[in-house]
Amino acid sequence: MAEITDPFVRFQNVQKSYDGETLVVKNLQLDIAKGEFLTLLGPSGSGKTTCLMMLAGFESPTHGEIMLDGHPIHNVPPHKRGIGMVFQNYALFPHMTVTENVGYPLKVRGIGRNEMARRVDRALTMVELGHLGGRRPAQLSGGQQQRVALARALVFEPALVLLDEPLGALDKNLREQMQYELKHIHATLGVTMVYVTHDQTEALTMSDRIAVFDDGIIQQLDEPSTLYEEPSNAFVAQFIGENNRLLGTVESVDGTDCIVQTDNGDPIRALNVRTTGPGGRTLMSLRPERISINPNPGSMPNILPAEVLEVIYVGDHIRSRMSVCGRDDFIVKVPNWAGHVHLRRGEKVEIGWFASDCRALDA
Amino acid sequence: MATAQSALPSGAASGGPSGGPTDGVLRTNDGVPLKTTLRRVNRRQKIIAFGLVLPLFLFILITFLAPIGMMLFRAVDNPVLQEQIPRTVALLNETWDGEGLPDDAVYDTLAEEMIQQYKVREIAKVGTRLNYEQGGLRSLITSTARTIARRAEPPWKEAFIKIDERWGEPETWGIIQNAAPRYTLSFVLAALDLRYDWQGDIVSQPENEQIYVKMFVRTIWISGLVTVLCLALGFPVGYLLANLPMRQSNLLMILVLLPFWTSLLVRTTTWIVLLQTEGVLNDIMVWVGLISDDGRVQMIYNQLGTIIAMTHILLPFMVLPIFSVMKTISPSHMRAARSLGATPPRAFWDVYVPQTLPGIGAGSILVFILSVGYYITPALVGGRTGQLISNFIAYHMQKSLNWGLAAALGGLLLLGVLVLYWLYNRLVGIDKMKFG
Repeated sequence: MAEITDPFVRFQNVQKSYDGETLVVKNLQLDIAKGEFLTLLGPSGSGKTTCLMMLAGFESPTHGEIMLDGHPIHNVPPHKRGIGMVFQNYALFPHMTVTENVGYPLKVRGIGRNEMARRVDRALTMVELGHLGGRRPAQLSGGQQQRVALARALVFEPALVLLDEPLGALDKNLREQMQYELKHIHATLGVTMVYVTHDQTEALTMSDRIAVFDDGIIQQLDEPSTLYEEPSNAFVAQFIGENNRLLGTVESVDGTDCIVQTDNGDPIRALNVRTTGPGGRTLMSLRPERISINPNPGSMPNILPAEVLEVIYVGDHIRSRMSVCGRDDFIVKVPNWAGHVHLRRGEKVEIGWFASDCRALDA
Repeated sequence: MATAQSALPSGAASGGPSGGPTDGVLRTNDGVPLKTTLRRVNRRQKIIAFGLVLPLFLFILITFLAPIGMMLFRAVDNPVLQEQIPRTVALLNETWDGEGLPDDAVYDTLAEEMIQQYKVREIAKVGTRLNYEQGGLRSLITSTARTIARRAEPPWKEAFIKIDERWGEPETWGIIQNAAPRYTLSFVLAALDLRYDWQGDIVSQPENEQIYVKMFVRTIWISGLVTVLCLALGFPVGYLLANLPMRQSNLLMILVLLPFWTSLLVRTTTWIVLLQTEGVLNDIMVWVGLISDDGRVQMIYNQLGTIIAMTHILLPFMVLPIFSVMKTISPSHMRAARSLGATPPRAFWDVYVPQTLPGIGAGSILVFILSVGYYITPALVGGRTGQLISNFIAYHMQKSLNWGLAAALGGLLLLGVLVLYWLYNRLVGIDKMKFG
């Protein structure tokens, strides 16, 4: 992870507790660069929303300091922070029209009528809602409300925009479309965006960097590809994308690789990422799409017998549950390309994978 | 279902699943027009729904709408003279042009009918009715009837004038003529401090008899004041109720509802105990030396007492609708406003308060309408200056027995409330109102 010099937002030793007994956020260190799209990803209760609320000023850290553009913002109330925010349920004001909603941040800033109309118009055009200015939020669809909320958070040209699970209420197609639009808007305006979500696909699609939260701690902070390909611990491996888990004991370490004895005795060559050395327990994580069916003997270091227990036709790929190494929950994804292997239930096959795709992590 | 009602273009119908006649009518599979089937299905639902509300509808009709309608009808109903002295009235209308005195025949007929009614002891009704128009006419009628029935002799005209010289004045006959029609506006006029003079023109009541307009104004003023006070006191309570943690808000809710479970009379008399000159509050103020023992404050049996007691009693009607609306306002709205740059007071005023308007509207209209018709509390604690129009309605119902005037006052009150309701609907919209 590259060191960020001159961070735009800096969380310094931030701790947060609501009841004085448990820490929701434990000693958070996080630097966010100017113009970055950073996603806080994690299951509910992992502390990611609390971090966002502390940044917005609706919660104050129990300990530590948050710096915005080099200045501590501990004593700056939310309305003076100049941070745009999109809320989970959009929080559009139901008694105002779309134009009034989007114009509200300009109105409280005392900006003149003509200037206000011009900027509202520009913001609404940006989210392609220029023609709906006279409507009330209740007359808009979910996707349109989402765009209005976005326009409202952007119209006063904040340098930082916070988004709290903004796409959570949309259906799948709309959500995907909005992901791209958000990404485009981010690229066009160059604002810093901090995005909170529990949807890993969303995080992977949009972010420059992703901070994976669990239990009040950032488990890993990396670019999407690194996060997916090289999860640094078992939680991240499990949370980002789908993974097969194999438990075993490290037998020996061989350069970057290690030899692991699975619990039913099969030896496996895996990438030594985070093990405690020979004799230690490890959890190996293996992406279902990195597994080959019936590979040529010797072409891969790991080739094991497997029995097909279930075959599910998903469309773009075929998903198969297999019994491997004594585990019945081993998932293999076969891409649906012309000439792929047609698996049948009960069939005995061989599966194989490269050592570099199988990451031995902490157990 | 809704789409089936809208007629599709005939082209679409012919391609439809019916396969029947292609006359542009959508049909079900067995050839019945879709609209007919739909109506049949809906009719059954309508009958069931109507059957469910029928008992309540009948109950309301019999116990509420019908009595109110009959009572209001009395505001214009004027049967007395037509029933008691019909021939006199008819003859008077036929022969008298309002100039000078009526013909002898009118006096003769009146005497005949008076004797007749005197014998069946009904003549007092005529006197009472005429007394509404002009004080003193009751005794004129009864004493005249008594005299002519016992000892006076025709010719009646001279006899009448001899009994009382008012029979020789056109005014008396003018009043009888004005009070004669089967339906009259004179009760409604009286409720507005107006009356017919003997020539049939509408004039103001004498100044010392003008009370009802003043009472209407006072009623509306006190109701408005009570509404404003309830709003000022109830809004913060509603806000607390909606925003406190569950445990505290439940306790507060019980405190708000407690008065509801206590009898109105108990609550009103409690205020008497508290506020009277020898009462708790005055005692305390004397004790702490705020006022001297001679300077005890009169806080009840006047307008102040009415206002205090009514505000207290009507407060829950304001708190509950406001609370129920506030409960639905998402806290994220305030946060959003603040993140957009509004100071907390500004965010509250711009974003929170407008969203509470349906509750404020509902609470205000509820409290105002209840206040306008309030009776028991003003009667108990209002003294002389705290009486409202409903106390006068009750007086005319129970004491003076001038039901026509009571009905006219009540009708005007009802009309006023309906006008307010209409205004509210125009300005705010009834559909925006939320009671909970």
